[in-house]
Amino acid sequence: MPDKPDRNAIEVVNVSKIFGSGEGQVAALDKVSVSIRENEFFTLLGPSGCGKTTLLRLIAGFDFPTAGEILLYGQDIAPLPPFKRPVNTVFQSYALFPHMTVADNIGFGLEMLGKPKAEIKARVAEMLKLVKMEALAGRRTAQISGGQQQRVALARALAPQPKVLLLDEPLSALDYKLRKEMQIELKRLQHETGITFIFVTHDQEEALTMSDRIAVMSSGKILQVGSPWDIYDKPAERFVADFIGETNFLTAAISGTSNGKTRATLKSGTTIEATVAEGFQPKDNATVVVRPEHAKLTKDKGDLSGTVENIVYFGTDTHIHVQLDSGEAFTVRQQNTRSAGCGFERGDKVGILIGNDAAQVLRD
Amino acid sequence: MASNFSIKHQPGFTAIAATCFIVLYLPIIVLVAYAFNAASSTSEWGGFSLRWFQSAYQNTQVIDATLRSFQIGAIAAVLSTIFATMAALATTRTAAYPGLTFKYAAINQPLMVPEIVTGVALLIFFSRIKIFTGYSGLGYLIAAHTAFCIPFAYLPIRARLENMDLTLERAAADLYATPWKTFRRITLPLLWPGILAGLMLAFVISLDDVVITEFVKSGGQDTLPTYMLGQIRRGVTPEINAISTAFLLLSVAIVTLFFFVSRKRD
Repeated sequence: MPDKPDRNAIEVVNVSKIFGSGEGQVAALDKVSVSIRENEFFTLLGPSGCGKTTLLRLIAGFDFPTAGEILLYGQDIAPLPPFKRPVNTVFQSYALFPHMTVADNIGFGLEMLGKPKAEIKARVAEMLKLVKMEALAGRRTAQISGGQQQRVALARALAPQPKVLLLDEPLSALDYKLRKEMQIELKRLQHETGITFIFVTHDQEEALTMSDRIAVMSSGKILQVGSPWDIYDKPAERFVADFIGETNFLTAAISGTSNGKTRATLKSGTTIEATVAEGFQPKDNATVVVRPEHAKLTKDKGDLSGTVENIVYFGTDTHIHVQLDSGEAFTVRQQNTRSAGCGFERGDKVGILIGNDAAQVLRD
Repeated sequence: MASNFSIKHQPGFTAIAATCFIVLYLPIIVLVAYAFNAASSTSEWGGFSLRWFQSAYQNTQVIDATLRSFQIGAIAAVLSTIFATMAALATTRTAAYPGLTFKYAAINQPLMVPEIVTGVALLIFFSRIKIFTGYSGLGYLIAAHTAFCIPFAYLPIRARLENMDLTLERAAADLYATPWKTFRRITLPLLWPGILAGLMLAFVISLDDVVITEFVKSGGQDTLPTYMLGQIRRGVTPEINAISTAFLLLSVAIVTLFFFVSRKRD
């Protein structure tokens, strides 16, 4: 991991973007504030229509905010046109220039910056090497595969050494295997170039694997910002918990909150310890989440009890769906071994053990 | 049965198709054939000869009219293509707004207003200007041809622009290209086949015009089509056939070129 000095590359301050006017007004972004640190791989994650692409477009300069500031190393760039911002974009459709060769595409930004020919040539060669495309420098962009076009798009955006690289769902057009390869490739490029990456995706798995930090967005707002671990294990809101991974929601009575910890009494009558979303003071009743892999199934009495409804085999693990006696549904994920079966059968009466530090109280 | 339906196998299809082709092409074939007639008749065959081509070539009126046609056609095609390109950019590189449909209609006006109406209107309008300025050169014909060529140049250019990915221009801007550089390095090269197609179409349309030219031209400003029309009034010789044949070959050549240029997509 590269060092992360406490310097912000981008600061988005109270940015709103409103489309339309009068009755048909839609707030694509609603007073969004977020800071993106120098050198980090930052991901904007959310379902389509959540505002993540709008925020990216505002940073790139393809659109302008209705209100608020966008600071690049302290300087407000919100009113600047795209060609005056030291920020480059990798487009979802790649947007390679079809009438130019691979090398000319990569050199385009430097050429527009008025760099001397020799410098452009050297830098293009360097970029071709970085994305392993030396052999295809003279090809037209229509003559190379989707994965290769992706690499050229990356090289083209990295060539002018932007202060920030914006990536707009760049892997969505690739097939599964190629996408996995490119995820590793992107991490490598970010590490080698030391450029701040802002990555937009709706794929939570992609976000968790690649990012240093993630901002989860919904309906024009940022709900939570944190490391993949924070987002996955300490979701602040129901939307975040639900959008990222699978999880179990339980209603509980809350008592004795202090130092970010509380005691939650579940419907089964068992009281467990739970962590609380940062800065949140829960009321008497709240929703508690437990990830399926943080619970264990037992044939004895557990914290919860119920009946096995369904067993789904996934190769690496098995999901066991339990109907709780309280009426709620609960899923346990159990790592598979080479012994036959998971040890449980449909209709079994089972108990569920919830580990220490496995439960989180949501803000909603 | 329904899945095997083919219009080709309907009764009478071959007969109807053959009739259409005969009606379309037989008169032209006859016209071209008699251009090579050694006799002075357009209906009695007197053996093969190139004398009418030679006679047309030596006729200074024909050569004058042809050169005038080319001159007007070339200038009008270039001017109308420039205007059409600007119009196409202005009507596609913008969000839809109220009045845009009206603008499409206004640009395409020459396609809808009967030529005879435009001809009469221009005759009256230009005669005032002629009296006022005293100028009676080719400018009027060029202006008129430019105006009615615009929609023909506009259509292929607009079609090309609409098929162009807007993200390309955005990508250029993202890579530090100013709007002018973006236009020159990205938009224009990608638009070029559309512009060439528009240019050739405009040229052919100008070359072919009779009605508006007939109204607008001053004395001694015959173009090839108006010259031919005048000649026919005085009786037809195979010389007209020879000129028509040469004209036909030229048009076919330009349209073929247009076809290949507009088909070229990268």
